[in-house]
Amino acid sequence: MIEHLNTVCYRFKSVENSWTLPVYLEHGGYAVWKEIVKTAPDPKDLIEVIKRSGLRGRGGAGFPTGLKWSFMDRNAPGPKYLICNSDEGEPGTFKDRQILTTNPHQLIEGMLIASYVMGLDVGYNFLRGEFALPFQRCESALAEARAAGLVGASILGSKLNIEIHNILGAGSYIVGEETAMIEALEGKRAYPRYKPPFPAVHGLYGQPTTVNNTETLASVPMILAQGADWFSGLGTEKSGGTKMFSVSGHVNNPGVFEIPLGTSFESLLALAGGLQEGRSCLVVIPGGTSMRVVPGAEMLTSEMSYEGMEAVGSAIGSGGLIVMDDRTDIAQALAVMMEFYQHESCGQCTPCREGSGWVSALTARLAQGLGKPGDIDRLYAIAKQIEGRTICAFGEAISWPVTSFIQHFRPQLEVGIASNESSENCT
Amino acid sequence: MAQLSDQTCKIIDAWRAKFPKDQSRSAVLMALRTVQDELGHLSDESLHAVADYLDMPVAQVSEVVSFYSMYRRTPQGKHTLAICNSLSCHLCQAQSLLDHLKTRLGIEPGQTTADGQFTLKVTECLAACAGAPALLLDDQHYHESMTIESLDALIDTLSSSQGADND
Ligand SMILES: Cc1cc2nc3c(=O)[nH]c(=O)nc-3n(C[C@H](O)[C@H](O)[C@H](O)COP(=O)(O)O)c2cc1C
Repeated sequence: MIEHLNTVCYRFKSVENSWTLPVYLEHGGYAVWKEIVKTAPDPKDLIEVIKRSGLRGRGGAGFPTGLKWSFMDRNAPGPKYLICNSDEGEPGTFKDRQILTTNPHQLIEGMLIASYVMGLDVGYNFLRGEFALPFQRCESALAEARAAGLVGASILGSKLNIEIHNILGAGSYIVGEETAMIEALEGKRAYPRYKPPFPAVHGLYGQPTTVNNTETLASVPMILAQGADWFSGLGTEKSGGTKMFSVSGHVNNPGVFEIPLGTSFESLLALAGGLQEGRSCLVVIPGGTSMRVVPGAEMLTSEMSYEGMEAVGSAIGSGGLIVMDDRTDIAQALAVMMEFYQHESCGQCTPCREGSGWVSALTARLAQGLGKPGDIDRLYAIAKQIEGRTICAFGEAISWPVTSFIQHFRPQLEVGIASNESSENCT
Repeated sequence: MAQLSDQTCKIIDAWRAKFPKDQSRSAVLMALRTVQDELGHLSDESLHAVADYLDMPVAQVSEVVSFYSMYRRTPQGKHTLAICNSLSCHLCQAQSLLDHLKTRLGIEPGQTTADGQFTLKVTECLAACAGAPALLLDDQHYHESMTIESLDALIDTLSSSQGADND
């Protein structure tokens, strides 16, 4: 039994009509927000609470949220923006969809608090284009909150004005990259921008902007309601709080599990129903397919925390955890992943545009058993040449799975080299 | 020059109102989607009409259309069946679903059946991996944990409502 399962963002997992205002209010919803509107606390104090809680960005990069918020200049002239990143496109990740569907009010409350803390005027919640039901839920929640005077002009009769809007994308993985999302909101192709300047200085319409993930923002009301110590105490010293893991692949009970950081992988696997009878865990992707893969045996002795995943050479990422058992054809799995990256490369940077095609072609031919001698070294070299040479981290997202698969599973990949080729040419 | 319908203009105006007054261009993604929802696809005329309406060069509109995957430049089937083939669905036999659909419908991904009923597609991760293999119907309805049987049942239902549905 895991204590504190589903206690923060996923606490309404099995509460009926949890997405409606009456139910959210019944569970203490908007109490923090009302208190803030009434007492107007010093934003600096709230940032301190978020810093002490240990909350880190749940979108993939794990950047400390309190620190990110402290970069915003409250007194910069002109409008300032919040963007909630609900694009959720990282393969293997499906937790934001749960928040948007079961707990939209907590997200809205989180967006309001973030806006108050950073002095922001407008928040855009950007959902991926396929999220029709989540969008509906967010729209109706927003309408309820607006009618209750919690969002909009002179909130609850105060001088506070904070506007929030839900926006839909149009199908693109790269739009999940924060500066690409800013471009999309400006009505353009979602090409990631060079950084610096960072969005905190030059974001949407050239104005100061903060981008946070859905889960990050939805965690905020609970942190302020229960206190920084409560939240940080749920996790480990270096990984405060809980995190939602989307577990899929070869498990009996795939799903979203919000667990205290530091929980063992073994316990998480048990929550997800374990493997099929008689199967063993070959390899795990702990944080979405853009992260390095970890051999099953290493995972089984690891804990799910930022430092725990770092110790096995990977990262928590988005928490999209994919389990592959001993039946998995490694070359095929890698080829499927790389087809995705080739399709989704935005084409702006040459190493990624060209490299993703090469990587995909090479992995496809290995998967078909048509590899040529030297293909694996070639694959490794190309992947390494993409890494660090692109505007955004998509380059790493191609490179890391490839190099880590080669590092751990080279013999399995070598099976894909056509036998006649290797005997003829490998002299 | 094609005109946008009153209904479409109303919806676009509502989207435009979410952005600053001098930033109508921000509404282009949803304007295009609105027009596509009404007309089924985006013709050259539609691109011009959207450009006109939002007061932006048509080149900027077409740049957007060619970037995002949900826009369709040609007429499609009445229903679009998109099978996810990202890793989690792949591990849960998405390929056999796709093969079944190809045989049953007699088309390849990207094609539409001769009777104009179905367009088949392969899509990237839909954020529905707990329900792998997953299928997206008509760009917005999720069907999860699909089997050959449930897939057949879905196609039967969609086919039998042919002509008679006003949902
Ligand atoms: C290619 C790429 C795709 C990304 N997709 C997402 C996404 O779907 N959702 C998300 O929250 N962050 C995504 N990110 C991370 C964002 O750029 C950004 O770091 C994040 O939204 C910041 O929020 P956080 O600090 O709360 O994590 C992506 C990054 C890259 C490079």
